[in-house]
Amino acid sequence: MAAVLAMVARGCGGVWRRLRQRCAVRPGSGPFPRGERAVACNARGGMMSAGKSGLTPWIPVVGLEIHAQISSNSKLFSGSQVQFAAPPNSLVSFFDASLPGTLPVLNRRCVEAAVMTGLALNCHINKKSLFDRKHYFYADLPAGYQITQQRVPIAVNGSLSYSLCIDNKMSQMVTKTVRIKQIQLEQDSGKSLHDDARSQTLVDLNRAGVGLMELVMEPDMCCGEEAAAAVRELQLILQTLGSSQAVMAEGQLRVDANVSVHHPGEPYGVRTEVKNINSIRFLAKAVDYEIQRQIEELGNGGTISNETRAFDSKLGFMPEPNLPPLILYDAKSLPANMNHQQVINIDWIRERLPDLPSVKREKLVEQYGILPEHSFTLLVWQQDQNCNSRHSNEDGLPEFFENVVKQTQMKPKKVIGWILNDLLSYLKQHSLTVKESPVSSFLLADLLNLLEKKEISSTAAKQVLAELWKGKGKTPLETVKEQKLELLQDQKELEQICQAVIDGQENEVMAIKAGNQKVLNKLIGLVQKKTQGRSNPVLVKQLLEKKLSE
Amino acid sequence: MLRSSLRQVSAALKEGRVTPTELCQRCLALIKSTKFLNAYITVTEETALKQAEESEKRRKRGQPLGILDGIPIAVKDNFNTAGIETTCASNMLKGYISPYNATVVQKLLDQGAVLLGKTNLDEFAMGSGSTDGVFGPVRNPWSYSKQYKEKSVPKSHSEDEEYNWVITGGSSGGSAAAVSSFTCFAALGSDTGGSTRNPAAHCGVVGLKPTYGLISRHGLIPLVNSMDVPGILTRCVDDAAVLLGSLAGHDPKDSTTIQDDFKPFELPDLPDVSKLSIGIPKEYHAPGLSSEILSLWSKAADLFKNAGAKVVEVSLPHTRYSIVCYHVLCTAEVASNMARFDGLEYGHRSDVKDSTESMYAATRREGFNDVVRGRILSGNYFLLKQNYEKYFVKAQKVRRLIANDFGKVFGSGVDILLTPTTLSDAVPYTEFIQEDNRTRSAQDDILTQAANMAGLPAINVPTALSERGLPVGLQFIGRSFQEKQLLTVAKWFEKQVQFPVIQLEEAERHDNGVFQHQKSASFS
Repeated sequence: MAAVLAMVARGCGGVWRRLRQRCAVRPGSGPFPRGERAVACNARGGMMSAGKSGLTPWIPVVGLEIHAQISSNSKLFSGSQVQFAAPPNSLVSFFDASLPGTLPVLNRRCVEAAVMTGLALNCHINKKSLFDRKHYFYADLPAGYQITQQRVPIAVNGSLSYSLCIDNKMSQMVTKTVRIKQIQLEQDSGKSLHDDARSQTLVDLNRAGVGLMELVMEPDMCCGEEAAAAVRELQLILQTLGSSQAVMAEGQLRVDANVSVHHPGEPYGVRTEVKNINSIRFLAKAVDYEIQRQIEELGNGGTISNETRAFDSKLGFMPEPNLPPLILYDAKSLPANMNHQQVINIDWIRERLPDLPSVKREKLVEQYGILPEHSFTLLVWQQDQNCNSRHSNEDGLPEFFENVVKQTQMKPKKVIGWILNDLLSYLKQHSLTVKESPVSSFLLADLLNLLEKKEISSTAAKQVLAELWKGKGKTPLETVKEQKLELLQDQKELEQICQAVIDGQENEVMAIKAGNQKVLNKLIGLVQKKTQGRSNPVLVKQLLEKKLSE
Repeated sequence: MLRSSLRQVSAALKEGRVTPTELCQRCLALIKSTKFLNAYITVTEETALKQAEESEKRRKRGQPLGILDGIPIAVKDNFNTAGIETTCASNMLKGYISPYNATVVQKLLDQGAVLLGKTNLDEFAMGSGSTDGVFGPVRNPWSYSKQYKEKSVPKSHSEDEEYNWVITGGSSGGSAAAVSSFTCFAALGSDTGGSTRNPAAHCGVVGLKPTYGLISRHGLIPLVNSMDVPGILTRCVDDAAVLLGSLAGHDPKDSTTIQDDFKPFELPDLPDVSKLSIGIPKEYHAPGLSSEILSLWSKAADLFKNAGAKVVEVSLPHTRYSIVCYHVLCTAEVASNMARFDGLEYGHRSDVKDSTESMYAATRREGFNDVVRGRILSGNYFLLKQNYEKYFVKAQKVRRLIANDFGKVFGSGVDILLTPTTLSDAVPYTEFIQEDNRTRSAQDDILTQAANMAGLPAINVPTALSERGLPVGLQFIGRSFQEKQLLTVAKWFEKQVQFPVIQLEEAERHDNGVFQHQKSASFS
């Protein structure tokens, strides 16, 4: 293939494709065999059967390498802005283009983000870490090396707890832990655009030099679902910290999975790498597919080989001579005469860490008595929200829920149903963020109060809500009044309606009298219909029963 | 006027005895008539005259930017200069116009200096002769001096000047030749293993390599990042102190510069060395050291003794590993630093376009000379995963031992080390090129390189003329960041030895000013 390399002109369109995917064993976008049963998750710690032919069980082992783009105004070693989808090569400093004589200058914000992330993931923060050059020739790596932390990374030996449900049942959640080997700071590369028609490779350096945290997770997982759950939790933590926006679709969170299988009691098998996975859903599928593939391959007498590793093994490292060791301090080691603008104090950062998702969930469960799985839905949905809106610290679903609870007499346990069922489904249906909801927490609380005071039935409440979604600026009470949805307070009127229903349904009355109590529900329904949902079903039932027994 | 020192000419500018434009024009004229030296790659006549004009306005207004305002200077062509070609004497960067100024260049311009041009060097500063650049070798001005012609040429079998001209040393040979031939008052060089001090010694000028981290490297195209230092070439030690004062200090763009403020200093008029302890490292009595230089070295030690200083023999036992250690560290960093020259973003790009890889290969083959390619090859070998521990890590450890040697000596009470700068005086070009670059560099760097390994400040002070009428210099090595003490000693020594001024026909023709510091007595 002839390839002419050129810098992309501003405004040049096209589809981006990472060439390095070609090195991957299984390209990130390969077709997924239809109808192939994904490997069942063995969240209980079970083993995998090798399918029809398998007699000895297989144990799959999954480890992850995750690149999280640091959320910062400027790049890791230069003053260029960081911005998604800017015109090609519009955010490139002399250093980013590796002009001769330029030198890296470490961005304090990126270091703080890595320290924050390290602390949140229970890591040991190295007070002295070092930068290295990792050499390889690639068009979107202008210097011919990437500055990374090969020898002594900024954070090591951490852990991440995540939960997942067994057999897709929300009620059966288990919590697992994956060890974090290390977190290292490193530069992102640029992007190559391959124009096959004209045999050209175009290079966009906007992303070159953006700060990344590479998180290496030990192979403590055993299926796609576990990997997905771990990444989802990590994503949530990063977004809570604000250390990364972690939007997978924008490449702010990129996952490589190492997969191998082995028999119990035997050493780990040869691992392969599934690279550049860009959605959580695909991560689960890709990992399970690779496990299944390896099991089948080995079952058929084949072997697993790792092309990616062979490619990597020749790469050389060298200390980055232009950056002194990165020294961090804690309260104890902080020198008295040091300018505080020039030092990073780990303890200072630790004290200011926000509540992590796990703590937030615990608090929600404890404070409001909601179910743990509901706390997950609240937080996970907040995360999905952030993916769309890219405002990682905005008030999300948990805050909405808490605000409703504050403003209503209804018990939180009942409120959560309205949030998770009614609000959530509406927002999902219309692809709205919590902030964009036409019904504010105040309005919803107002409505729930009417329900709680028995001024309207729950059927009516839903009708009111449907009206409120239209966002016409009316209060729930106004809507109730307008549509005459308030509960019938006049007992005589209700009795008359009940009587009318009984009189009109001779067959049903006979059935009930014959002992078929189920039919009573039909009568209740008819009363509700006649009253347009304005009757209190409990009261209606009492009245009907009374009349039928007369 | 052209032959006076920077401080003297600055005084003349201040008093209005000469204007910046006149000075600039005279320098430009001399550059033209000494073009055969090949000291300059680019002469920036137009911008220089403009800068001189600006300086003149400031001086007329009585608002000069300082001592450097209106002073013509030259810069080695491995420092980035905005809008002016920066080539590193390589095909790879021929025609490359940098969009920014190196910090040191910016500092000089900010203080009103007039940039005359970019000086010649070995390609990417890899060499010790200034003979291996794509623009051809630099000729040592002393080859054309009355002193050399009188002493050397009659002994030669050939009358042909072409055959007898001697090299400048390198790699900052262009800068040394420019200062030596009076075409500028100061020049920037770079010093990684001796590249400022070595040509300074051969060209009879002062060459200062400051402490690593004292002057910004931002914009200096690197050879070995962990050893590179911008170097200062001047006619006398006082001038070096002036330049140092205007260049030193923290640069936010170079994270390896020290944070502490640097206070510019003036050197005492009558330096006192009687309370000092001067160390004579015995390992610098190296194989190949000429008897002439050995005897000068010993006379110099006597001068200090006679002045009341304590002179002690000291040992730097790991010096002998310095060359091989340097070879590994240098080539490894070179391999890494040169990786960026792939023809994509800037510089030469080959027409070969069968594939990306073949384009890379052809670009680098066409762009780099054999010396550069050879070093890249060795460096990549040392950086291979299986070799890294064996070579690179070991070399780093040896480097630490070399640095520790100095630490011990200075810790024992020695203030300054006195050594030769070079093994001999400059050799004729024809002789020099008999050996390859690697052998030459290994031989020539032997006395200068250890200071780079340890990051210490060191200075060449022109000392005497050899029997052949060529300059010989001695080197002083000081403690880290103790430039003031180092320069004070150097100035005292300079006063003692009264190094003769080069008698260069071209310069004399262009210079009708008063010959300020003609020396009759010489130290030999």
